Amino acid sequence: MKLTGAQILLKCLEEEGVDVMFGFPGGAVIDIYDEIPNSSVEHILVRHEQGAIHAADGYARATGRVGVCLVTSGPGATNTVTGIATAYADSIPVVIFTGQVPRALIGNDAFQEVDIVGITRPCTKHNYLVQDIEDLARTVKQAFYLARLGRPGPVLVDLPKDIQQQVAEFEYPDSVSMRSYKPTRKPHIGQIRKVVKLLKKAKRPLIYSGGGVITSGSHEDLTWLGQTLHIPVTSTLMGLGAFPGDDELFLGMLGMHGTYAANMAVNNCDLLLAVGARFDDRVTGKVDTFAPNATIVHIDVDPTSIQKNVSVHVPLVADCKPALASLKAETEGTLDEFDWAADHKPWVDMVQGWAKEHPLTYKDDSDSIKPQFVVEKIYEITKGDAIIATEVGQNQMWAAQFFKYTRPNTLLTSGGLGTMGYGFPAALGAQRAFPDKLVIDIAGDGSIQMCIQEMMTAVCNKLPVKIVILNNGYLGMVRQWQELFYDKNYCATCMDAQPDFVKLAEAYGAAGYRVTEKKDVEKTLREAFAVDKPVIVDIRVEKEENVYPMVPAGASLTEMLLV
Amino acid sequence: MSKHTLSVMVENEPGVLSRVAGLFSGRGFNIYSLNVAPTLEKGVSLMTIVAEGDDSIIEQIVKQLRKLVPTIKVKDLTELHSVEREMVLLKVNAEDSKRAEILRIVDIFRCKVVDVSVDELTIEVTGDQGKISAIINLLTRFGIKEIARTGNVAMRRSMQIDL
Repeated sequence: MKLTGAQILLKCLEEEGVDVMFGFPGGAVIDIYDEIPNSSVEHILVRHEQGAIHAADGYARATGRVGVCLVTSGPGATNTVTGIATAYADSIPVVIFTGQVPRALIGNDAFQEVDIVGITRPCTKHNYLVQDIEDLARTVKQAFYLARLGRPGPVLVDLPKDIQQQVAEFEYPDSVSMRSYKPTRKPHIGQIRKVVKLLKKAKRPLIYSGGGVITSGSHEDLTWLGQTLHIPVTSTLMGLGAFPGDDELFLGMLGMHGTYAANMAVNNCDLLLAVGARFDDRVTGKVDTFAPNATIVHIDVDPTSIQKNVSVHVPLVADCKPALASLKAETEGTLDEFDWAADHKPWVDMVQGWAKEHPLTYKDDSDSIKPQFVVEKIYEITKGDAIIATEVGQNQMWAAQFFKYTRPNTLLTSGGLGTMGYGFPAALGAQRAFPDKLVIDIAGDGSIQMCIQEMMTAVCNKLPVKIVILNNGYLGMVRQWQELFYDKNYCATCMDAQPDFVKLAEAYGAAGYRVTEKKDVEKTLREAFAVDKPVIVDIRVEKEENVYPMVPAGASLTEMLLV
Repeated sequence: MSKHTLSVMVENEPGVLSRVAGLFSGRGFNIYSLNVAPTLEKGVSLMTIVAEGDDSIIEQIVKQLRKLVPTIKVKDLTELHSVEREMVLLKVNAEDSKRAEILRIVDIFRCKVVDVSVDELTIEVTGDQGKISAIINLLTRFGIKEIARTGNVAMRRSMQIDL
């Protein structure tokens, strides 16, 4: 079958099972857009390319499938860079198609030409410039393969305009074989047995779970391990939802804004089983004093993550799914002869004692609305049955601390890069994947303004995402640092001059609510969540509320500032 | 900090050198020298990279190189018996009174004179890093006007004999 490059691309997407892509047209991709009406792939028009990539990323995080976005050359392509880096930092499988000027003009500083392959080289897992129409189908196949395989990540395919117009025989490869890319997925059984031996010996074991557990779909085995072997579990921000957040063994996040119990547990455990987590500096605090008494086991599909920040005693290079399945299989046989519950009880009691001593809390002693109270209300109202996206900053941390994530893929947040403006378009991607789910973006008044234009995308595509703005009139997290470490020099963090968010929502054809009284919070949220269209709820919260606990940057995990 | 010689086999695709170089610059690793050329196998190139760092840095460099999609194989030759060679062209001041002495050094080091003019000699030196450093030291006093170095190329020895 002879097809044009544009037709070939769309056929490839159909072959990959892509049902939707997020994009923005331009001269360099007009041929592809010309073919979209003939394809089964739905296109969602965003209002800024950053929205397209974040939406594809949110779709990928919520579904576990590959997200797709399509943009034009030059500025269209560069506008996706923040989103590509976001997906790269959090290992999210996304394929980005960018238009490129015709091959004859490449390198000539042509109109809307940039070397996007060069620009995105450090923030993609891999990228391609298609230089021959005969390579197009194979390249697309490889892009999806690479985006999913091993440690997932964004893959960019740059498509010159003349390639889109050329004609070639379409044949989609059945499989991909790349001799240069064969990540180790299965664990070494000897290492697994070593871990089981260590688990049996440990008196104070702790599981430290990361986003890799969610990406690999191994949350059930992780939950089995924690619950059956009676091991307390702490999580990175990206790992929230992998272990039920309402389980007594769950300690919440560790690290800079982690719980007292989690940070104390890390400090006192004798075995730390890190699964799909990469010892980020926000997690470890001062590396020299991280888990000082523990033998550290690190399971990760990416060998570069092992021994990078923290010295590991037992490295285990493997995909979390086969690794945890193997650990489960090896420990199942011990259940008759070994009383895990009794053995770990003193430790579990100790950890739960810390949780009771300093639970996640806040002072709710005035009439003003505390942001934590709002997040708690969202949890109560939804009973945890919602997909939560967040922006970045204090809103993100409160959303992580005060909402209990009981299932994977329900928290969409920019963990590694900390991208303001991520949450709302990511929520749109998730809402498109799950039209019947309640999708809520917990936002700050600062970060919501970074991609607010996607409100039009939400309205046009009937994506009824609820934005709850914890509006404190500040870039709250930076203000908090200024308060604590810069003598309250609130330089450039006051956002008193704001749009009227209610009117703004209405201007786009969405619904807007404002809450200034504590008594109205629950009622308004319930009303907003019941509306079948996009909504902004602008909640005026206490202006100078801080996120606690807090481990100052560079301090040890035990040096926590508490409420 | 020590120097390690890494032999990196890569798919010979556009941008692969930039990917490798970008990996070093983006992560703050030091490259001492980098040499790249095609191998006998079509579509495959061999890079010889001399990198500096402590053990943990070298471990990260090796892992990060392996992580690059076009990388087929990475070997740290420092841990193996290997042959390492570099070629250097040196243009040296060589007025009549000094010429005989320079030619004697060229002879001792088994180098080649590849270009001659009235007051200059261009010398081709091939050898390991020690030999190259030694001859550069010896010729510096005559005045080296220009230098061009290939950087190391290296290969694992066929027989890995424990001495």
